[in-house]
Amino acid sequence: MKREPFERVVERHGPTVLRVCRAVVGPVAADDAWSETFLAAMRAYPALAPDSDVEAWLVTIAHRKAIDQIRLMSRNPTPVPELPDGSDPPDGAPDRDDVELGHTIAHGHAAGFSGADEVGLGPNADHMLDPWPAVLALPLRQRQAVAYHHVAGLPYTEVAAILGCSVVAARRAASDGITTLRRIFQPIPTQELS
Amino acid sequence: MIELLDGDGTDHHTGLRARLAREAGESGLLDVAYRTIDTRLGPLLLAATSLGLVRVAFAVEGHEEVLTDLAARISPRLMHAPARLDGAAQQIDEYLHGDRQRFDLGLDFRLASGAFRHNVLAHLQTIAYGSTASYAAVALAAGSPKAVRAVGTACARNPLPVVVPCHRVVRSDGSSGQYVGGPTAKQTLLRLESSGVAAQATST
Repeated sequence: MKREPFERVVERHGPTVLRVCRAVVGPVAADDAWSETFLAAMRAYPALAPDSDVEAWLVTIAHRKAIDQIRLMSRNPTPVPELPDGSDPPDGAPDRDDVELGHTIAHGHAAGFSGADEVGLGPNADHMLDPWPAVLALPLRQRQAVAYHHVAGLPYTEVAAILGCSVVAARRAASDGITTLRRIFQPIPTQELS
Repeated sequence: MIELLDGDGTDHHTGLRARLAREAGESGLLDVAYRTIDTRLGPLLLAATSLGLVRVAFAVEGHEEVLTDLAARISPRLMHAPARLDGAAQQIDEYLHGDRQRFDLGLDFRLASGAFRHNVLAHLQTIAYGSTASYAAVALAAGSPKAVRAVGTACARNPLPVVVPCHRVVRSDGSSGQYVGGPTAKQTLLRLESSGVAAQATST
């Protein structure tokens, strides 16, 4: 029945929850969603079953709090740049691991990624330093599936349970989201950058 | 699973956690707040409930174990919330610099089990700064003259050392005896208090 201090829960899972929130609602609203998530979690923590998967539990709460933030934002809409058409990968571009791509998105900067020419037209290739417009331009369901599977690392069965859809649908949403993002964040090996 | 955050990310996360601790406190969700302070006795862990200071722990007690114990015995809604302990931290700092002789803090004695231990802790607070009492004298004052060993146990398990001055209880032969923070810490506190009293005597 022993539960560890809540501080340790925040310490261990806080970064992942923040990445999930950022991937779903963007970097600004993410802070509020993060805070709301842990306040709600703290309220319920003493009653949490001892053998629970704490991270999956937190992601489930973050999911609800992120939806709340999206509702708030839709009442006060902020313009999001239109998702540009992606380009085909250059010949010989290496495959990027999907999980790593998810992590890179969640990091808020695109270290190791370089843009395809068509989307790199903005000054300083802003979309590379700030991937959020591209991420937020994904349909919500795809953003969520990418966040919960690739960023939080939950299996598709749990992603499906959170989203209230079938495992097949969760898998397809994540795959479609990654495909779109892959078109925007096109990997080029580091040695070719100079 | 996920790589380390860069410097900015760590700062950002620290800020978020501070905000969470503040909001949790305002919402009445924070059952136990804690912080550590660096002192001449080594790092001390301070923990408080809504009633007041509930635990002072020396490093030798294992701060991580103490936090786990607090989560189990009081509530797992326990967070690092240094601002909630600013007052206690300041008073302990003043005391350890010889600038304070008595504490003016709300205290929560819920970690002391049993009426006898509560009696002992209450009596310890009546032993004046700079003076000492024997285990036998405390046993007598607590109403159980034969319970000398039990007084020793009550002192050893004092959840609020330094603030509730169990260091002022010494052996009848004049040696200082055991202390939860180790014998060196006990001697440091006794010397601090005797020099504080001496300084006061010369200044008046």
